[in-house]
Amino acid sequence: MSMELDVFVGNTTIMDMEVYQLWLDGLTVSDAVKVRMDEGALLECEANPEVLTSDTMDQFRTFQMCERLLHSPTKLGSQLLYQIPAQNQIILIERYYEFDSVFAREVLGKKLSKGTKKDLDDTSCKTGITLKSCRRQFDNFKRVFKVVEELKGPLVENIQRHFLLSDTLARDYAAIVFFANSRFETGKRKLQYLSFQDFAFCAGQLISYWTIGAMGAPTVPDSMMEDMDVDLEKEFLNELKDLKVLVNDKDMMDQHKILVCAALRGKIKVYKLMEVNFKNLSRALINLASKLTHTKDVRDLFIDLVEKFIEPCRYDRWTVAEITLFLTHYTNAAHCLGTFRHQMIWDRYMGVIKSCILQMYHE
Amino acid sequence: MPGKLKAKIVAGRHLPVMDRASDLTDAFVEVKFGNTTFKTDVFPKSLNPQWNSEWFKFEVDDEDLQDEPLQITVLDHDTYSANDAIGKVYIDIDPLLSCEAATVISGWLPIYDTIHGIRGEINVLVKVDLFNDLNRFRQSSCGVKFFCTTSIPRCYRVALVHGFVEELVVNEDPEYQWIDRIRTPRASNEARQRLISLMSGELQRKIGLKVLEMGGNAVVGYLQCFDLEGESGLVVRAIGTACTLDKLSPGTAPNTTTHTNTHTLPNTAPTSNACNSPSKDSKEPVFSEDPPHSLSGPPTPLRTLPSSSPPPFSPSKPCSRQSSSSDTDLSLTPRIGMGSGGSVGKEAGPLKTLLRQHTQSALEQREFPIFTLTCFPPGFLVHVGGVVSTRSVKLLDRIHNPDEPETRDAWWEEIRQEIKSHAKALGCHAVVGYSESTSICEEVCILSASGTAAMLNPRFMREGCLDTGGSDHRLSRQPHPGMVGSERGEGEVSSTWLGFEDASPPSCGFVHIPYDEFNMPFPAQLTYCYHCRRQKVPDVLFTTIDLPAEAEVTGKGCLIQARLCRTKKKAQGEVNATSISNLLPFMEYELHTQLMNKLKLRSMNALFGLRIQISVGENMLLGLASATGVYLSALPAPGGIQIAGKTPSDLSYDQHISTMQKRIDDTIAKNKELYNIHPPECIEEVVGSPIPDRQRSSRLFRSTSESSDELSELDLSHGKKDAFVLEIDDTDAVEDIQSLLTDAPIPAGFYSCNTEVMPGIHNWTSGLQMFTSVRVYRLSNANLTNQGLNKIFTDLCENLLKSLYFKLRSMIPCCLCHLNFTVAVPEEELIQVAVTAVAMSFDKETQQAADKALTRGSGENEEQLQFSMEMCGESTISNNQPTAKPSGVPESAMVHSSRVSSSERCSPLPEGRSRSLRSTRSLPCGAPVTVVKMTPLSFLPGTRIVKYLGIINMFFIRETTSLREEGGVSGFLHSFIAEVFAMVRAHVAALGGNALVSYSMKECVFMENPNKNQAQCLINVSGDAVIFIRESDQEAIPPLLTSRQTSSTGADGTT
Repeated sequence: MSMELDVFVGNTTIMDMEVYQLWLDGLTVSDAVKVRMDEGALLECEANPEVLTSDTMDQFRTFQMCERLLHSPTKLGSQLLYQIPAQNQIILIERYYEFDSVFAREVLGKKLSKGTKKDLDDTSCKTGITLKSCRRQFDNFKRVFKVVEELKGPLVENIQRHFLLSDTLARDYAAIVFFANSRFETGKRKLQYLSFQDFAFCAGQLISYWTIGAMGAPTVPDSMMEDMDVDLEKEFLNELKDLKVLVNDKDMMDQHKILVCAALRGKIKVYKLMEVNFKNLSRALINLASKLTHTKDVRDLFIDLVEKFIEPCRYDRWTVAEITLFLTHYTNAAHCLGTFRHQMIWDRYMGVIKSCILQMYHE
Repeated sequence: MPGKLKAKIVAGRHLPVMDRASDLTDAFVEVKFGNTTFKTDVFPKSLNPQWNSEWFKFEVDDEDLQDEPLQITVLDHDTYSANDAIGKVYIDIDPLLSCEAATVISGWLPIYDTIHGIRGEINVLVKVDLFNDLNRFRQSSCGVKFFCTTSIPRCYRVALVHGFVEELVVNEDPEYQWIDRIRTPRASNEARQRLISLMSGELQRKIGLKVLEMGGNAVVGYLQCFDLEGESGLVVRAIGTACTLDKLSPGTAPNTTTHTNTHTLPNTAPTSNACNSPSKDSKEPVFSEDPPHSLSGPPTPLRTLPSSSPPPFSPSKPCSRQSSSSDTDLSLTPRIGMGSGGSVGKEAGPLKTLLRQHTQSALEQREFPIFTLTCFPPGFLVHVGGVVSTRSVKLLDRIHNPDEPETRDAWWEEIRQEIKSHAKALGCHAVVGYSESTSICEEVCILSASGTAAMLNPRFMREGCLDTGGSDHRLSRQPHPGMVGSERGEGEVSSTWLGFEDASPPSCGFVHIPYDEFNMPFPAQLTYCYHCRRQKVPDVLFTTIDLPAEAEVTGKGCLIQARLCRTKKKAQGEVNATSISNLLPFMEYELHTQLMNKLKLRSMNALFGLRIQISVGENMLLGLASATGVYLSALPAPGGIQIAGKTPSDLSYDQHISTMQKRIDDTIAKNKELYNIHPPECIEEVVGSPIPDRQRSSRLFRSTSESSDELSELDLSHGKKDAFVLEIDDTDAVEDIQSLLTDAPIPAGFYSCNTEVMPGIHNWTSGLQMFTSVRVYRLSNANLTNQGLNKIFTDLCENLLKSLYFKLRSMIPCCLCHLNFTVAVPEEELIQVAVTAVAMSFDKETQQAADKALTRGSGENEEQLQFSMEMCGESTISNNQPTAKPSGVPESAMVHSSRVSSSERCSPLPEGRSRSLRSTRSLPCGAPVTVVKMTPLSFLPGTRIVKYLGIINMFFIRETTSLREEGGVSGFLHSFIAEVFAMVRAHVAALGGNALVSYSMKECVFMENPNKNQAQCLINVSGDAVIFIRESDQEAIPPLLTSRQTSSTGADGTT
């Protein structure tokens, strides 16, 4: 005797969120049943394995049928096929678009292409996430990227409007889109220690301060400029070249050093080393700024930061607090340089660099 | 030309991509009614077209309005080749034809294709302008209201119950026409859908005509069924109860508070047994050989009598018999004026032409009213006799002339006659809770009908149109209620009825036997009623109706099922029919025995909502009996179960028996605890019944002998040489006991029943989940024994229930109500079980008396409300004492005030909007989808139905040629059922409703051919679209009522 057909349809679609997670994790029905049994599902309602299997199959089928709608979440609210309470819709969407940061870290900055998708089994092996789940997450990235790529207006808002995600999740997606668009280098060995959250934070900083949308809103009347959030502001990047004066002008550099040293004397343990290395550190940051007009160098932003600044500091055993103090005074001191006229650009540049470095400065 | 139908196509959304090149669609719409077609412009390159068309106007006959659906087809324009159809929407105009139902159909409706399923949605507006006043429409039957609900719809009160209406229409099934060989599956499916829609419309119109002719204005308990007879055709048939309903205007509701007591009166049974029928025809049951056979009853009330010798009765006799009770009632019901007034403008003349000639049977028909209602206004039901049922095996032949469906008519006529005679044998003049069904396999068809024999209070059935005279009645097929003559004859009689008040208190009257105790139609053990101690009651009562509101129940109830499988040899034609016919009595007998044993095992003494389904397959028959068991306080406590061994020679065998006995006793004790059945220990009185009622235990017996042995328990205890003991097969008996004990206990927190509500649970929350579950099992082993099959079938049902409990565990504490099982044998070796039910959660905390009364109101007291309203109108009645019988009476009195006062506060907004902070974000496409609740019950707990918008009756076919790609059979059926639900919800919402009550899935025919990667499924669903408003929990201050009520009605109108 065998069960040929087994369906359960409720007027309100019943969705067990624990089973949903198992489905999202890409488990097979039998694996999911095992997990549920281990979690004690059999103790509920005098269930037996047969009941549990039937329920799991049914739930998996329901999710699979809803998946089409989850691809365009706005449809979920207006579709008539499944009557799903509003709060469940939100959970469904949010969970569907949630991703493993380990996985996101792997594909961050990669081109969201078929090629990358083919390599997903490697990623799956490496991260221990099922291939099915990897594919879903990858497709989500790609879907969001494709939709917002062509849209005007603020990135995070666009993502929220089209995918109905929570603020935090929308920001994470913004980071992914931003990285995928600018193709930042994140894969180098030296960058391996950085987590997805580190990069997402940096992306947030870049989006907030270095794109057209960031500063542009007041200056550009029509804020709906194309790609305003996805691309860095060209003009700003050009202006960054002007900062070179801080290392090229010997007087200014000396003056800068004196001001910083004066402010930090006695306040940091690595003062001696700082004093010795000041010019190198300063040069590293300024050169980085001046190179950003080249796409290649933009891509290398993070590796450069690590190699040119973070690693030397780490070598000298700076603490985070010391770096904070240094960067604060390094930034402020420039304002006191009488001949330095690029205050605005300087602040815009250093604000982001400072927070990125602080985020990235850990083991 | 009495009507103008107007339709406007507003927009579409989520359309499928029809042009692969552009990923877009050039959509336009064809609107068709009858033979007229309009088209919209093409809206190029969009998946969300905005047509915003003009109003398309169809000038049509009202007859067409009733029969035809509005057909909307969405197409993709193609310059070079034929336009591709995207899908269709059929809109039933009927709700727009009654002034009390919906006024406009407006909203997003799914576009449906029989091959692809739902493909986007279309926004339409449909209106009907009726040119003439309603009176003229009576030539068709526009304006007759239809309700699937098998009780008096809330927000109406019944002025008169006219009686049974039935009709059937037949046609050739398009699937079996020659043209089907050359057309596409899509065309064939659409032809079928359209034909059935037409036939349903026609059927409804014809039934409406009969209702008008009877002087009624509504059909309650409308039950429409399809018989897909394959080669021999397609039958659409319907039965219902014609009534005259008056709309309760909310403004009058407050009156009830001042008359709260009046309604206690009619609860009483008017009479003593003295005037009950001395039925002369209590024969020894014999099995009939005839195909329209019936079986002789197993012990007690489930009872069918041999059709071979239908008791000859004279039409007039029962009336006079009844007269002594009915005439007294008459004096109390000065509603003659109103009754006839209700059918204003009745014109019998033009009807004649539309009637078929059934004059000769008219007399017989009117003698025994049959009612499809299962729930009644208090006082309607006087006594209940027991279940009557009939089955008949027929061989299908091609219907030669669809316009003269006489064969099918005659078949059903025969069945109904038989039902009536069974009822009469039980001393009853009416059958309530009546339903009909068929099971078809190849050319064999089993027709079944069942109901509950009852004595009714004729007050409700008095001809509303005494003045219209007899000619009218003779014309009608079912002119109906039998009491006319007698009432007329005896006219105004005393008000002695009041004197009977004490004789049979309201809560127990209906269980008193209607038959003569000295000349019982079947042997039963009678005792004096445990409630009033005056009247006789049987030891066990089986019924097909819902538990009457006034009934007093100890503890809670539960679902009781008997399941049975019987193999049969494959055969053809006559031989096949005979073998099925021979098997049926044994099956019914066994099912009955199972029910009885399970009932005793749960310490209960009555079954409500009994439904026995027997399905025929090529090589087996399936029997499934479902009912809700309860302990009626008025009936005696059931005895235990005692096992009797064969020959007590073997010691180990004896021991085995005694362990069994212990297990059974333990189970009974456990069940008593579980269902909270702790009846007060009564002192047993020996009454003057011919049968000693001391017998406290019934034996678990298994016998294939005739059931006339039911009293042989006594003999059994004496010596085991009685006739049926010989046939006890030990292993069989053991099997029986095993199966009795293997019914898995219900998980904690769950209850289940197949009636409207669970006796003993009152404080429902608004948590509600209607669901349908379908399972198909393949029997791998072809050579299964009956026992093996039984086990499989039982396990199937038990596992299904277990799965349901598990699935709904988040709703605990909760009760599965109206659990409706349907079994079928779609193919050899396949068993299909479909379940539809509603899970309703309730508050666990201990219920206080007041609480009980209050919440109970939402469930059952609407009738009481209506009733008391009715009484208000008749101020003649003086009222006495609510104090004497504390059961039911004060309860409902309280209910009135609380209901009326608390119901007005709530907003008619469907719940589910503005649920979370983010909801605005999640619903960017304008208004959210209206939440539409669906329930098989006639009410929604905690709410008040303010308007009935019309009947929803939809038929869908879905077919696929890519079964694997759609997720196999389960995936296919899952999405189809979901689609059906979605379409029902959308149509309810378009009518302006927010719920569908009395929902049922009448047909779910699933066929597959996995080898060809194909499957096809047909589903028929129906229900009543309504607007409900939520009742606030608090009591309002009565003085504010009136104003609030008026304002709320205003709001309702705009909803």
